[in-house]
Amino acid sequence: MSFKIDPTRIKPYGDTLNDGRMQLSFALPVSCDEAGKEAAKILLKTMGFENIEICFLKDLHEGFTQFVAYANTLVTIDTTKIHVKVVDTEVMNMDETDEFIEKNIGRSLTVVGACIESDAHTVGIDAIMNMKGYNHRFGIERYKYFNAYNMGAQVPSEELLKKAKEVNADAILVSQIVTQKDIHIKNLTRLIEIAESEGVRDKMLFICGGPRISHELAIELGYDAGFGSGSYSTNVASFIAIEMEKRLNNK
Amino acid sequence: MIKLNIPNQKINEARQAAKKITTDLKWLLNEYSSVTIERTILRLLGIDGATADGTPYPNVIVDYLKDNHLIDKGAAYHICNAMAKTHKSAQEVAEMIISGKLNLTDLEPQANEKVFQIIQAETQKMLNHIKKQKEFREKQYEKFGPRKKPSLYVIVATGNIYDDVKQAKAAAMQGADIIAVIRSTAQSLLDYVPYGATTEGFGGTFATQENFRIMRQGLDEVGEELGRYICLTNYASGLCMPEIAAMGAIERLDVMLNDAMYGILFRDINPKRTLLDQYFSRMINAYAGIEIQTGEDNYLTTSDAIEKAYTVTASQLINEQFAIMSGIKHNKMGIGHAYEIDPDMENAFLYELAHALLTKELFPDSPTKYMPPTKHVTGNIFKTYIINAMFNFVSQLTGQGVQLLGMLTEAVHTPHLQDRALAIENAEYIFKTMKDLNQEISIPEDGFINKRANEVLSQASEFLSKVAEQGLFKAMAEGKFADIKRAEDKGKGLNGVFKKSDTYINPFMDQMKIELGLV
Repeated sequence: MSFKIDPTRIKPYGDTLNDGRMQLSFALPVSCDEAGKEAAKILLKTMGFENIEICFLKDLHEGFTQFVAYANTLVTIDTTKIHVKVVDTEVMNMDETDEFIEKNIGRSLTVVGACIESDAHTVGIDAIMNMKGYNHRFGIERYKYFNAYNMGAQVPSEELLKKAKEVNADAILVSQIVTQKDIHIKNLTRLIEIAESEGVRDKMLFICGGPRISHELAIELGYDAGFGSGSYSTNVASFIAIEMEKRLNNK
Repeated sequence: MIKLNIPNQKINEARQAAKKITTDLKWLLNEYSSVTIERTILRLLGIDGATADGTPYPNVIVDYLKDNHLIDKGAAYHICNAMAKTHKSAQEVAEMIISGKLNLTDLEPQANEKVFQIIQAETQKMLNHIKKQKEFREKQYEKFGPRKKPSLYVIVATGNIYDDVKQAKAAAMQGADIIAVIRSTAQSLLDYVPYGATTEGFGGTFATQENFRIMRQGLDEVGEELGRYICLTNYASGLCMPEIAAMGAIERLDVMLNDAMYGILFRDINPKRTLLDQYFSRMINAYAGIEIQTGEDNYLTTSDAIEKAYTVTASQLINEQFAIMSGIKHNKMGIGHAYEIDPDMENAFLYELAHALLTKELFPDSPTKYMPPTKHVTGNIFKTYIINAMFNFVSQLTGQGVQLLGMLTEAVHTPHLQDRALAIENAEYIFKTMKDLNQEISIPEDGFINKRANEVLSQASEFLSKVAEQGLFKAMAEGKFADIKRAEDKGKGLNGVFKKSDTYINPFMDQMKIELGLV
């Protein structure tokens, strides 16, 4: 068997190169019987799959059925044309970041963080900011060269900006955990719009984070950076330090 | 049989410290009331509705009483005095006040005997209704048999109460015993209870009396069909704890999240306000036969589950003592804890087992509520599914009362229909196939699990005695709980706390205390 991967024509891999085999699981508002099974097959066929195998179906009641399926996609993608926006600053640990700030900036950086608007879930902002941190990485509060203010949950955008102005913040950290009906987009947009109308958008770094946030989305919404799941305090702190150094030293 | 070996004396010491912490606050519970307590009284008098701009009538009336310096005598007296004068119902009196047709400031006091006759009649009327709801629930259990143990608890959170009903019915048919309707984000900080049905909520639906009624009806229907009583849960928390408890009592909810300290620590609600509100809300729950659940899982979502395990135990014991003060019996005390240890850690499962056994050992008669892993689960739904299976395993082995089912898509989205079905299938498989395994296993006294449980209890006991020494408010101000500092005179809702006058009356609380054997 030849095993030559063509990056311009990539397909899912099941157990043979380019077999296009994928696992799928979904629910349909159909009955749990042969007719329902056929509906699931037609759905996948319409989506462009072939060699469709509905390997499991289960009655979810109230007229719904769950399906598990395997099928082959015919679609291929060209991976040579992909350009992803990612935060590409170097990631330093706490001591390295502190040392970097001491040497290159010479003063402490001030950060104000909050879960804004409707969001009541502080788990993200706490993981980044709290002294204790998360998964063996201390939070920003612990850094020698950061003054950190964690305002907690359900902070109106206005109050966050007020606090940021009051303490002369270098960066604002916003966490959004709840994403139902794109509420996080609305909240993040609101903050940026108010910041712009108050003329403070360019006076500090605006950084957002949360499980459904990517750097690309953040840029699109007008932020300087976005951190998704798997990001730690070290990612955020390094970015702030390096970016502030660039700005302060006009790089 | 699987059982820990913990000296009784050690348990008693911890419990006594918790008891001192709570009884030292009796002065607050006896001498003060709050705006939401007064609004609850209005609701129990039958006052409902909202103005065109959505302000609930109970809020309008209580604000009116407050603005006119009438509140310290209690809302019940003023409404019933007006009823004596006008011969109208409480609802009509409220409407007259709101429309400006009735001014309470120049309303002369009617004959005391007459006013108190009305107060008593109105109190009995509502309490009889609540008693009937309680009896109905008990009859359903007689008819259908008791709830499974552990019970299968799932949430619905579509934001539309009618969609919620559909999903809840499906979940019940799949095997769920308890349905929790998640509240809209941020309701906890509203100092009023929204009015009417919710069809476009964020992260859930509002806890409103109408939503309660709609869901109750749906679950009663599906319960009859299945031959099982399906429990309905909501959240008596935030700035309106007793109002939500009262609405739940009226509409026959069965379970209420109802923590004594959660609002203070995790929502920055004023400590006095929360303790007052939890006292009356829990009394209403006790009276209505509603099972309360406490929120100790919150201590572990940001702190380390091993290092801070003792804070869970300490909070459980404090919650227990506050619940006892409100007349809640152990069989309605759903003491909370959670499965939140880092799954990549060696022997994490042994720690979980030790902690779960400790909770069960401390509260053998309680329908303890076990919360699923959330902190360390990622979008890897396959691994999450395994972790949830282990979580179910611990629950079955240790005999927990209520299992809040973990979803394989935790950390991804609010549960889809099939996520919930898979969670139920997972739990049913474990609970069924390991049903009597706990009879076959014993734990060595000098083994890791027993030692660990003893260690956590010792830490909790030591912590509680320190708190008992300095007092709860001082300890909170110093950040002893969850590393969060909460001052007695700060936080949301403080301006809704007031000192009662000598003639203050809360007839519902007075009567409940008598019937619950608290006086």
